[in-house]
Amino acid sequence: MKNYKFGVMMKSLLLAGLIASPAVIADTIKLGAAVSLSGKYSTAGNHTKKGYDLGVKYVNSMGGVAVNGKTYDLEIVYYDDESTPARGASLAERLILRDKVSFMLGPYSSGLTKAIAPVTEKHGVPMVEANGASRSLFNQGYKYMFAVLSTSEQYLQEAVNQIALKAGKPASEITVALAIENDPFSQDIRAGVLDDVNRHGMKVVIDDKLPRDLSDMTSTLVKVKALKPDLLVVSGHSKGAALSVRQMNDLGVSVNMLAMTHCESAKLHDKEKFGNLADYALCAAQWSPSVSSEGAVFGTAGNYSSIFNDTYGYVPPYQAAESTAAVIVMADAITRANSLDKDAVRDALAATDLSTFYGQIRFSEAGNNIAKPMILRQLIDGKYYVVAPANVAEAELVYPRP
Amino acid sequence: MITYLNILIDSPEFLAQLVINGLLVGAIFALIAYGLALIWGVMNIINFAQGEMVIFGGYLTYTLFYQFGIHPILSIPIVTVLLFVFGLLVYKAVIFRLLGEKDIFITILATFGLAILMQQLMQAIFGPDVVTANPELGMMHIFDGKVSISNIQLISFFIAAAVAIALFIIMKYSRMGQAIRATAQNPRAARILGIDIEKVYANTFAINAALCGIGGSLVVMVWTIHPFVGLVYTFRSFMIVILAGLGNFVGIIFAGMGISSLENVTGFVIGAEFQAAVIFCLLVIILVTRSIMARKKRQYIQ
Repeated sequence: MKNYKFGVMMKSLLLAGLIASPAVIADTIKLGAAVSLSGKYSTAGNHTKKGYDLGVKYVNSMGGVAVNGKTYDLEIVYYDDESTPARGASLAERLILRDKVSFMLGPYSSGLTKAIAPVTEKHGVPMVEANGASRSLFNQGYKYMFAVLSTSEQYLQEAVNQIALKAGKPASEITVALAIENDPFSQDIRAGVLDDVNRHGMKVVIDDKLPRDLSDMTSTLVKVKALKPDLLVVSGHSKGAALSVRQMNDLGVSVNMLAMTHCESAKLHDKEKFGNLADYALCAAQWSPSVSSEGAVFGTAGNYSSIFNDTYGYVPPYQAAESTAAVIVMADAITRANSLDKDAVRDALAATDLSTFYGQIRFSEAGNNIAKPMILRQLIDGKYYVVAPANVAEAELVYPRP
Repeated sequence: MITYLNILIDSPEFLAQLVINGLLVGAIFALIAYGLALIWGVMNIINFAQGEMVIFGGYLTYTLFYQFGIHPILSIPIVTVLLFVFGLLVYKAVIFRLLGEKDIFITILATFGLAILMQQLMQAIFGPDVVTANPELGMMHIFDGKVSISNIQLISFFIAAAVAIALFIIMKYSRMGQAIRATAQNPRAARILGIDIEKVYANTFAINAALCGIGGSLVVMVWTIHPFVGLVYTFRSFMIVILAGLGNFVGIIFAGMGISSLENVTGFVIGAEFQAAVIFCLLVIILVTRSIMARKKRQYIQ
């Protein structure tokens, strides 16, 4: 009996502690983020952090977030997850329990998001993530995770639609070759492409799963040379993108349409390193500075791009843009919830319908953004041009690849 | 699978393409594998940091190319010297402690630790990006233009061959080469005859590092590298050595070129996801047959 009373007392003390939790001391709302500042994702992780920082800076400079008639500044507590999932999960735990952050922003990559989501879910902390696109994140029934980006199976679907339009022959005669890495994320991309290929009734002539420790693509590319497919789809992170353009050139392989992912992170546009090897490749992107979307905080996509460029000295890659968008979405949801209560903000997030420079954002039941399409950009002489979908295209797709 | 096989039968030029390509790049692997066999045979150390030393050599070539404007092929002598010195340093820091270690796992653990350290350091120094040093030498067409060979692969092949011949001569005729071979045969007898074994070991390890450096320069010119791809080269050279047998110089060359060709052909016919599996199965079959044959002669495989 005594013990029971003691338990109740402790509980109410704890509750009191939680209510007066130091998350809102002074006039800031603490957001937590574990991003990869070192390790193999450090390049993209740094883009993510810069995107978050710019988002916070602009939200604060525009008056911050108003809750119950009081305005708060946003502040982010960062940790470096060293590109390791286990570290990411423990840092999320630490952010929530020790640093007592109110809400979370996502890490970089699907793998890290997969590691962190169960932790935020357990503690009921809403997380807006911007860099985890794997389809497998959205069939776990997570209630507190929201993603501003398009999911992985959408990455190259547009390329399939384009070959259907451009090939100039019935879909049943169009041949497609797939060279896609054997990891969950890339295989999601493959599943999406296959869905569309089957829907059009095209024929898959090569379906190679590239090994994770990819070092040579000769056998796959000679197959491409032999079978001359209309469309070659390559996805194997940056190493797959870099290796395939290098080896296609060395083996004298050419296809009418080459669609890839990770062109930007492989720096295929860097003419000093790749020359014109990757010219006319189609690259999947979440966002581009030239898309015609706009929102309240940054205005148009182009405007965001120039602000980013002025601040950090380079054109924002989509990893940075979507990270900024996550901050905007979080600020919007807190404002609409008019409360710092975790569940109220979660519900506000679920009801989000927001125009941003990054595109329209509206979440499905599973938490992924269903309002923004993936775009396809063509790389010509070191520059990317949006060529699909038609409503955001800035240039005509060059087909066949010269 | 049958379709792909039919392609090879109907159009042998694709088979030629796969095999020639495998033979050319196989020479690079043979070079790296020879280094592994050398320190394995002489010092009884299996170096699991072999691939990382290759990648390190590749990064040096890349850096010399983009930072100092030195053509990747011309950077090879510089990288060779740098890696030789690096090999000596690693020997003085880590490797000499492993000499005479009865338990092979200690040496594997130590060199594996070295591999992880090197991966992280390379990542810190050179960044996590995928890099390549394209010498842009164009390509060559043979068999009526049906088979394309990039000139850099051809040049790599000849460089690897030249290094192999040079190595053969050094091992056979130079004082150090003779000392290394004597130490490999019987360290105690070599010491009694006045050979400075410490020096031999240090030089052997440094020669291996230099070979890795040359291999790495060729790898970054032919393919792409990033800090975490070293293990591929370690395993590949390990496999070549197992297949050829320790101390079998000619065997290593054939195994290196054979495995690469076979891998290309199996990748073509069965699919890229199975090519490593097929090679490993083949390795098991060869080892089992060899063990059965050895048993008949009342021997065993070491």
